[in-house]
Amino acid sequence: MGELQFLTWVRGSGLNLALTIFVVGVLWRLIEIYGLGRKKDLSASRSTPGASGWATILRRSLPPPGMLPASPVSYIGGYVFHVGLAVVVFLFAPHIALLTSIAGVVWPALPSQVVDFVTVVTMAAMIAVLVDRLFKPVKRFLSTFGDWFTWTLTFLPLLTGWLAVHHLLLPYTLMLAVHILSVELLLVFLPFTKLFHAFTVFGSRWFNGAVNGHKGVPV
Amino acid sequence: MDLLEYRATRTKTVGEALEQHGIDRRDFLKLCAAMATLLALPASAAEQLAVALAKARRPSVIWLSFQECTGCTESLTRSHSPSLESLIFDMISLDYHHTLQAASGEAAEAAREAAMKENAGKYLVAVDGSVPMGNPGYSTIAGVANIDVLRETAKDAAAILAVGTCAAYGGLPAAQPNPTGAVAISELIKDKPVVNIPGCPPIPTVITGVIAHYLAFGALPELDALGRPKAFYGETIHDRCYRRPFYDQGKFAETFDDEGARRGWCLFKLGCKGPVTYNACATMKWNGGVSFPIQSGHGCIGCSEPNFWDAGGFYEALSMPAHPLKVGAAAAAAGVAAGAAVTFFNRKKKGAAKAGHETTTLEDLER
Ligand code: SF4
Repeated sequence: MGELQFLTWVRGSGLNLALTIFVVGVLWRLIEIYGLGRKKDLSASRSTPGASGWATILRRSLPPPGMLPASPVSYIGGYVFHVGLAVVVFLFAPHIALLTSIAGVVWPALPSQVVDFVTVVTMAAMIAVLVDRLFKPVKRFLSTFGDWFTWTLTFLPLLTGWLAVHHLLLPYTLMLAVHILSVELLLVFLPFTKLFHAFTVFGSRWFNGAVNGHKGVPV
Repeated sequence: MDLLEYRATRTKTVGEALEQHGIDRRDFLKLCAAMATLLALPASAAEQLAVALAKARRPSVIWLSFQECTGCTESLTRSHSPSLESLIFDMISLDYHHTLQAASGEAAEAAREAAMKENAGKYLVAVDGSVPMGNPGYSTIAGVANIDVLRETAKDAAAILAVGTCAAYGGLPAAQPNPTGAVAISELIKDKPVVNIPGCPPIPTVITGVIAHYLAFGALPELDALGRPKAFYGETIHDRCYRRPFYDQGKFAETFDDEGARRGWCLFKLGCKGPVTYNACATMKWNGGVSFPIQSGHGCIGCSEPNFWDAGGFYEALSMPAHPLKVGAAAAAAGVAAGAAVTFFNRKKKGAAKAGHETTTLEDLER
């Protein structure tokens, strides 16, 4: 298979396959998780569980008191790479063009140079959290294959996309194909790994907050 | 032209042939300087090239046309004259070419056989068009299948030039579903050097350049992994495109007649395949250096790349799906079904656990 054929495959059959697995996986997992249900709590609610749920969504997005100085890399690195990732994925002109072609939605893009800078910062933050995970004994002890795997799945699209834009390492045709393939891998594994938190994070936070609120510990 | 006259013209050197056609030394040196530039040789090489070329014997060239559209020949002959492309006919002795030769029928085939016999081991074979391997009857010359003509002619050749994307990579005839089983020349001829000069059609100057290199240096130019001369196919159109600054600034024409198109912005969004196409159009240009597709407002279609015909729509940007996506209701339905099935199973498990739950009584605790 030549370079152009490879690119055509990832833009065609490969993309179809990856998106199909993604759609199947996301719906399956969402229905599975929300379908689990909870036993009905017959006690009277002690405070407003709904409000507590929303408060928890917000509060858990902020470092608990004293934790920021204790674990700066996790918090700052975490913020930077999550925000950076969102900017790169959703505000880069070619990505918006792709979403427009698939879903018909359109919004303004950031200048390429800005996205380029954000990409570098995002990659640096991801490397920082990886190094932190490698060298902090506790973090390392707690890490499983899933952690290393999902880090790699997230990092590869950033790296290959950046290399493709700058025409580095491999011929552009091949690098663009590798970039698209890396995104397809991410799509395929996202529903079945901890990356699924992209869909569940706020729901689970709200749920925890609501349960605690019901019990009288609004947090 | 009888056989004697034919032999006389063919044994001439390039210098003599040029002189006979009224091309003076100044023009010839100009040609050599241009050739040296084309072949990415240092300027000083022009003089050496001139000496070598003038002395070189005009090689016999047999041109075979298989499943093709004659566009490659048109490209070579419809160039403005005098030009490098027209001068090439003084550098070679084109002994057989369907479209250009006056002879026909048996006389034409006799010319080919005579040229092969006289120059065994030294003649060049230029091929345009792919060879149908599905059924030899799909394309024949004088009743002989293309594959047989190719094998017979290539047997004593010095080298083969696969001119055009069809000969180089199968091209349009090999596009899905490839009804004739078309294949590239390099897949059939393994024991001779094959130079691929892809393009639909290739830039005439590139065809000329390869032949000039062979004449002057007695060897074929350096080739890349796809068998193309590196001197001409070393960079992408995008690498040398004059619209590149707009690409870098993110300024794209969205339609063929919007403000961006009028201002000459990048054609990436309109499907330009320049970033993945290795060819020299952006530097050598067409029609005597007048223009090239991107300059006239149309994106590159990638015609010199293998399988360009099947590489998604010409007007789809490279970052877009190659074909309309087929993920739809079926995937959503499958996802919902899988979720529902797992949920049903989970609930059943939960129900069973609840039913099987033993209540602890006061007696149990006091025991
Ligand atoms: S017009 Fe095509 S080749 Fe030129 S810069 Fe744009 S994408 Fe590249």
